[in-house]
Amino acid sequence: MAEPATLGAVAAVDAVKERTGGVGYLEGPRGGRPRRFLTTHNVVLYGTLLIVSAYFLLPLWVMLVTSFKTMDEIRMGNIFAPPTEFTVFPWIKAWSQACTGINCDGLSRGFWNSVYILVPSVVVSIAVASVSGYTLANWRFKGSEAIFTILIMGAFIPYQVMIYPISILLGKIGLFGSLWGLVLVHTIFGMPLNVLLFRNYFSSVPEELFKAARVDGAGFWGIFFRIMLPMSLPIFVVSMIIQITGIWNDFLFGVIYTSNERYPMTVQLNNIVNSVQGVKEYNVNMAATLLTGLVPLTVYFASGKLFVRGIAAGAVKG
Amino acid sequence: MKLTTSLLGATALCAMAATAAQAVELEVTHWWTSGGEANAVSKLADAWNATGNTWVDGAIAGGGDTARPIMISRILGGDPMDAFQFNHGRQAEELIEAGLLLDLTDVAEAQGWKDLVNPSSLLDACTYEGRIYCAPINIHSWQWMWLNNKVYTDLGLAVPTNWQEFVDTADEVRAAGKVPLAMGGQPWQQAGAFTVMSVALAGQDIYLAVNRDKDEAVAAGPEYAAVFEAAAQAREFAQGSNVQDWNQATNMVITGAAGAQIMGDWAQGEFALANMTAGTDYSCLPGLGVNQVLDAGGDAFYFPKQDDPEIEAAQKELAALLLAPETQVAFNAAKGSLPVRGDVDLGTVNDCTKKGLDLLAAGNVLPAGTTLLSPDTNQQVNDLMTEFWTTDMSAADAQARYADIIANAD
Amino acid sequence: MAATEHAPVAAAPGAAPARRPSRLFRNISAKIASIPMVMIALVIFVGCTLWTVLYSFTKSGMLPRLQFVGLDQYDRLWSTAKWWVSIQNLAIYGVLSMILTMVLGFFLATLLDRKVRGEDVFRTIFLYPFALSFIVTGLAWQWILNPEHGIQGVVRSMGWESFAFDPLNNRDIVIYGILIAGIWQGTGLVMCIMLAGLRGIDEDIWKAARVDGIATWKTYTHVIIPMMRPVFVTTLVLVASGIIKLYDLVVAQTGGGPGGASEVPAKYVYDSMFGAQNLGQGFAASAMMLLTVVIILIPWAYLEFGGKKRG
Repeated sequence: MAEPATLGAVAAVDAVKERTGGVGYLEGPRGGRPRRFLTTHNVVLYGTLLIVSAYFLLPLWVMLVTSFKTMDEIRMGNIFAPPTEFTVFPWIKAWSQACTGINCDGLSRGFWNSVYILVPSVVVSIAVASVSGYTLANWRFKGSEAIFTILIMGAFIPYQVMIYPISILLGKIGLFGSLWGLVLVHTIFGMPLNVLLFRNYFSSVPEELFKAARVDGAGFWGIFFRIMLPMSLPIFVVSMIIQITGIWNDFLFGVIYTSNERYPMTVQLNNIVNSVQGVKEYNVNMAATLLTGLVPLTVYFASGKLFVRGIAAGAVKG
Repeated sequence: MKLTTSLLGATALCAMAATAAQAVELEVTHWWTSGGEANAVSKLADAWNATGNTWVDGAIAGGGDTARPIMISRILGGDPMDAFQFNHGRQAEELIEAGLLLDLTDVAEAQGWKDLVNPSSLLDACTYEGRIYCAPINIHSWQWMWLNNKVYTDLGLAVPTNWQEFVDTADEVRAAGKVPLAMGGQPWQQAGAFTVMSVALAGQDIYLAVNRDKDEAVAAGPEYAAVFEAAAQAREFAQGSNVQDWNQATNMVITGAAGAQIMGDWAQGEFALANMTAGTDYSCLPGLGVNQVLDAGGDAFYFPKQDDPEIEAAQKELAALLLAPETQVAFNAAKGSLPVRGDVDLGTVNDCTKKGLDLLAAGNVLPAGTTLLSPDTNQQVNDLMTEFWTTDMSAADAQARYADIIANAD
Repeated sequence: MAATEHAPVAAAPGAAPARRPSRLFRNISAKIASIPMVMIALVIFVGCTLWTVLYSFTKSGMLPRLQFVGLDQYDRLWSTAKWWVSIQNLAIYGVLSMILTMVLGFFLATLLDRKVRGEDVFRTIFLYPFALSFIVTGLAWQWILNPEHGIQGVVRSMGWESFAFDPLNNRDIVIYGILIAGIWQGTGLVMCIMLAGLRGIDEDIWKAARVDGIATWKTYTHVIIPMMRPVFVTTLVLVASGIIKLYDLVVAQTGGGPGGASEVPAKYVYDSMFGAQNLGQGFAASAMMLLTVVIILIPWAYLEFGGKKRG
């Protein structure tokens, strides 16, 4: 390969460059090789993705168009057809007018309660699960595998079964009805799956890294914060997605382990959708579900950047 | 407390409890969450708030199944609410037996409930060892058939006035491309229709022999065999309904896609919303027009024991208030149910409500299934009925299994 | 990668060289950090399970009551048709859901791993069902599968008069109707986890495989999938635990119908505990479910941990 200096010197006397002012052919074209978009490979790839997307988007379409229709149109019409009489009233009603008993202020009533419950629950549950997963992966002690197996079994217990014993327990330690009681409950039920996630992820980190850090004198927390955390962004994102969705959409724990004023948004959602008597306003129901789902959806969309390849690769190679 | 009793005596029917020491906040849990129900609850809340106390509302939709885990958990966790709603019946039985609910007998005696509440089964359902533990608030009955007049008149038929006439015209309705009997897909609807038919076709005494006395010989006997045959027929008539919720089935009747539906009196709300008039656009047959008896289901309020005498006093005050005449009128008019007191006038009511009121006044009432059978037995019946309704199980097989359930009922 | 093999470093108490630090104090930070996990595992999961099993031998109704009746609840459980139907349904749903979700999830992850344009959009499209509450998604699918207004109706109105697609009203295939909705809900998250796993695989591996001339699909089956074993285990547990706990979707979409044909064990437990107010029966059903899980997990745990320790 010729030295850059030589090339430059040659290019400097390039005849083409002098005549045209453009880049001489001795230096070669710039940029990536231009590719046609419609290769067979791409058609198959994007085609498949689009077909599968249609299956996934179908219910969303139904929900969206229903939420913008009037009740009369819903009773008569085709569920797939777009609204002929477009109305945003269902959304307004779902957000600020739907009745929950005598309080007719819709979902907005519970929104900040949900946030108030969500933030500490997500933070605590992910913190505990990640540290536990790290311990299981790198700092095993006698009996840790048994504990892990117990946790995995815990993932399979239907949570309705645990409601009463946990109520009794929380009552005994005095946390029943308080925010921290609920945070504890969410942490408990988040443990099995998230510990599994973190443990498996940390297990796949090469041992050399860990050994090197220990030789350098780093301890338990040092390694966790300086080595493990920075390279595990994707798995934290996944865990966050699971926890945010689970906790935001949770109804049963939010209604049992809190008090009246702290009922999350899902209680209003349940009241809108599941009323035993009275007219079922399907358009309001759909609008309400979409509104409730907006928070997790925003999180999903915003988590994109953190999935970019190379975060893990960079740290491992170095 | 003696003070409480005399306070209650003094305030009597008027909700002006200005003599109450301080304003008390009572947390009330119920499942009346939709617009119309919310309106009815607000009448109760207004009445309570007018006494200077505060009604803290805790509404959770989904009926008893959703409310019960919440209630029990809170009791187990040591933080029960101050009042909650259940249906009339045995649902709160265990709570009473465990001593977790407030004894309202002194309120009942002071207010003379035993004489005012009609039918007495409403109080009997929550009476344990002679003490009363609930405040019944309304009556809803299941024993109704709703018909779309136009469907029949269009075919040149007279609108049926009883079950037999309905059966006779069913084929013609079917031939015209309509479903004779609309039926939703949920078990409680199918079991409910069966109960209505058993009261109507087998009669009160047989019904009570099975449901109250748990007599499995009668359940396996000829009267019930006839009921099961009729149910098999009704199953035929309901083919093609393909809806889940009860109000979707009512909607079929409203739009004329179906001729009739067996459903409780809460269905009237749907007809009202569709601007149909009782008598002209739609007809109602209590007891299927055969045996004009109503069953007295509905709702009642229970009060968990709190360790605070001030709150207990307020709870008893609320209980008394719920059965006060003004409250009864306001609430039931808004809800479309019947009042528990025989001595109040709901004002202008439509034809069908009037029929109901008359039947109540005449004493043609039965205790509801939930009052007689335990929730466990009720669920087994529901399961059987829903299976019967969606398969081609023979009437004989269904009856055999039904007799079995009754034999094991507690 | 067990740290217990190494001599204690920072964690050892600063003792005089003659005294050997006791093993208890080795890695003390780790042990303290694992206290929450141990407490939760033992007190909550083991404790509550034992409590449930204990009360399954009682005649508890609405409230837990220590009135022992031996195996009565289990007798009744195994002679109830509804329970048998639930187990059957769970078996069918479980096997199919597991296979389809994992395959579809992995397939989509591989597609998205290829630097696709609009990856964010596609990923959100596949993942969003997970964000929505079961209540209304069950309703939406109920409508889509409705014979008059849904797919069957629309296709018929387009000319194909004899097209039939009505799973929710057919006792024999209703579980497949639920399956359609279940896969729709669950595949996105599986895809996400697999994508995170795929992204964790070094570029060099791909380059090496390309240099060696191995076909792409062979690279997947022989190189990538074995490397992603922990990820597969994770998704397996995720999908399996979701299957066992299947409740909300069934309630929302079919209510257990038609006529109890789509009952599932978790619903049986819930209905017994709170609908029939028969805790004893509900606990017996849960105990059976747990027993099945234990029977499957114990051999796995033995294989995974009992043999030689792997990193």
